[in-house]
Amino acid sequence: MSQSSPSVQTGLRITRALGHARYALAANPVTLCAVLLFMFVLGCAIFGPMLAPYDPLQTNGAMALKAPSWQHWFGTDQLGRDVFSRVLVAARLDLTIAFSAVIIAFIIGSTMGAVAGFFGGWSDLAVSRVCDTIMAFPLFVLAMGIVAAAGNSVINIVYATALINIPFYARMARAEVNVRRNAGFVHAARLAGNSEWRLLAVHIFPNTLPPMMVQVSLNLGWAILNAAGLSFIGLGVRPPDAEWGIMVAEGANFIVSGEWWMALFPGAALMLAVFSFNLLGDGLRDLVDPQKRT
Amino acid sequence: MSGSLLQVENLTVEFRTRNGIVRAVERVDLSVGRGETLAIVGESGSGKSVTSYAVMRILDSAGSIAQGSVMFSGIDVANADEDTMATLRGREISMVFQNPRLALNPIRKIGRQIEDVLIRHVQATHNNAKQKAIELLAKVRIARPEERYDAYPFELSGGMCQRVVIALALACKPRLLIADEPTTGLDVRTQKAVMDLIVELVAEQGMSMILITHDLGLAAAYCERVIVMEKGRVVEAASAASVFKDPQEPYTKRLVRATPRPGVSLRDLLPDPEIPYAAQTPRTESVEGQPLLEVRDLVKSFAPAQSASLLSRFMNKSVAEPARSVDGISFTLAKGETLGLVGESGCGKSTTSAMIMRLLDPTSGSIFFAGRDIGAIPARSFARDADRARLQLVFQDPTDSLNPRFTAARAIADPLYRLGGVTRADEARTAVEEIAKMVGLPHDLLDRFPHQLSGGQKARVGIARAMVLRPDLVVLDEPTAALDVSVQAIVLNLLADLRAELGMSYLFVSHDLQVVRMLCDRALVMRAGRIVEEGSAAAVLEDPQHAYTRELVSAIPHPPL
Repeated sequence: MSQSSPSVQTGLRITRALGHARYALAANPVTLCAVLLFMFVLGCAIFGPMLAPYDPLQTNGAMALKAPSWQHWFGTDQLGRDVFSRVLVAARLDLTIAFSAVIIAFIIGSTMGAVAGFFGGWSDLAVSRVCDTIMAFPLFVLAMGIVAAAGNSVINIVYATALINIPFYARMARAEVNVRRNAGFVHAARLAGNSEWRLLAVHIFPNTLPPMMVQVSLNLGWAILNAAGLSFIGLGVRPPDAEWGIMVAEGANFIVSGEWWMALFPGAALMLAVFSFNLLGDGLRDLVDPQKRT
Repeated sequence: MSGSLLQVENLTVEFRTRNGIVRAVERVDLSVGRGETLAIVGESGSGKSVTSYAVMRILDSAGSIAQGSVMFSGIDVANADEDTMATLRGREISMVFQNPRLALNPIRKIGRQIEDVLIRHVQATHNNAKQKAIELLAKVRIARPEERYDAYPFELSGGMCQRVVIALALACKPRLLIADEPTTGLDVRTQKAVMDLIVELVAEQGMSMILITHDLGLAAAYCERVIVMEKGRVVEAASAASVFKDPQEPYTKRLVRATPRPGVSLRDLLPDPEIPYAAQTPRTESVEGQPLLEVRDLVKSFAPAQSASLLSRFMNKSVAEPARSVDGISFTLAKGETLGLVGESGCGKSTTSAMIMRLLDPTSGSIFFAGRDIGAIPARSFARDADRARLQLVFQDPTDSLNPRFTAARAIADPLYRLGGVTRADEARTAVEEIAKMVGLPHDLLDRFPHQLSGGQKARVGIARAMVLRPDLVVLDEPTAALDVSVQAIVLNLLADLRAELGMSYLFVSHDLQVVRMLCDRALVMRAGRIVEEGSAAAVLEDPQHAYTRELVSAIPHPPL
């Protein structure tokens, strides 16, 4: 082992990581379920447009409001568009909005929180008060306001969703960094000549990742709901684009007249996506926690 | 068998884990007679605590009694139903736990907690519970019990909390008391007070006691019989008097050997005393010239907490004086010398070492390191100082001081990259492997994470990390406090060997006078932020001058030798 080359070590590390992933999944069948479900949702987002049997925007007056059949699995809507194709295609848009919003919120929020938790003082005060201010608003209403004011576009939905998620990451990162600020290994790293910023970035922050990953996963589900919610009330994504929120909104008008499939299937897709992200949260924690590695 | 209160036969306890079934306790036989005191001694992982949990049937859900019987005054504990056990626990058998703060409910007044137990086991009614609780507090010698009845656990010291836990355990006059490491984490004087109290109360009430401890000296000093456990098995059962004098089994012999006691040298602690003692040479001749470290009138005061001062400002009270945790201490440390800093928790010894290590800024005073006042350099910018590499620290808790996401090799290499000017991975690896060899850490352990290493291995990683830069001064902050005695013996010898090999100076911070005597040339005794005694390490222990030092020395458990 004494003269092992870097490539051998990297290979070793990858094998070890895979082995750990296999162990974590085998130990918890629920996580395995969540991972499979997540892969399925992700697969729909990536391959959906290729797999869709019909053009999601193609109207066909003759086929309007048909119940689910072998030809149209999820039925058709008031303009004769295939609901199955639309649900499938919408996955990409919804996941893109959710992922980009959560990534932005995670990067900005955890950086703010980590700095506040580590350095304290005025940076802590500033970050905490900003978070309090954002949290003081009803978050969905705040997001509505931002999208309405900044303009009705997909990118603004992303920004609005990111902004209302920042306080969660900031507070969590602040708490997680704060409890580790005076840990023995941090002092040890200080003695080893690490600068304060390096201490935070290399020694403390990676240790806060396990709980943060859970938050990310839960947040993804929440972000999808938020984006769909905004579209449902007519902000952000506009018809005729396929998006779960709009489809539920459009379908809702037809439930009274018995055409339940238009709202049910996009709603079910939404539920499935949120469900898989929430389940994944616990599994992710097991995967990223080095304490569980053997 | 009518004479014995507790009879354990052929007890095997198994735990289900991810790696299959683990036998924590295997075929243990023991018995405790009425009014008898028995000590179960073993190192961590020997199954001593699990045995007592099995007797109380409080094993966690993964564990179960796989085999054997536990009879407590005619009741078959292994097969009894949960109702019987609930009455048995607390009423007939009670337990004193290791960490008194965890055993007490932090948001309930201690008097109330005692009342809860009394009422639960119908020892008192709501009318006289308070009076009985105060009686119990008085019985465990808590001063001003009427006032302390209203205290919360956080308002009491560790020793006081342990007294409250003892009061809780004795509330229902049980017939068997199980004390699981009751004094671990307490200072030696508090340990003596708590143990004296337990033994006295047990004798007074005619109870039986099982004392579970890792400290053979403590066990032999306070119990009639001793059982030594290793890896889940009983290796030796003997009377307290004979276990030290005439140990039979090889494991017991090793344990007795590793226990620091008067009149032995560091080498004597090791199982194999044949190795010559390299560090035996007296190092007083190197004192001439300027000392390596000189501390002058060092003071550290901590301002009272902000919220408290704000509150007192509102209530128009004067703001409290800042508490002086280190109160003007001065000493010197010569090159190549080992200086012991002894004191109880809260005496300021850790604050002192943190200031010398430049992790903490002193309030006033100066720290001269090789003639330069490093105390004047702010702790925050000391990471980039030229002397950073020359001052290193070995931490008290080997687990807490290792980054859980760093492998052992990466932890040891970190100072090399930051301060040692090493940039290439293979260069670092060579240096890491060299120091790992010196501290006796096998190379295949270097790629493990801290949680995959044992306590002794983690301690070695911590030592290797401190030594890899070949510093001039190493502060050892209770480096063996979290280790078993046999591991402690090895680590202490390793430290002595490294000093001889690399020619460093040590500042050894400890609460254990015996260990200081063996490792150090000189010793300082600290109390409440001040140095009360200074002298050669042997003289301080054998002929203490200050009353406080005498008290410390006499509180060390004296096993019948």
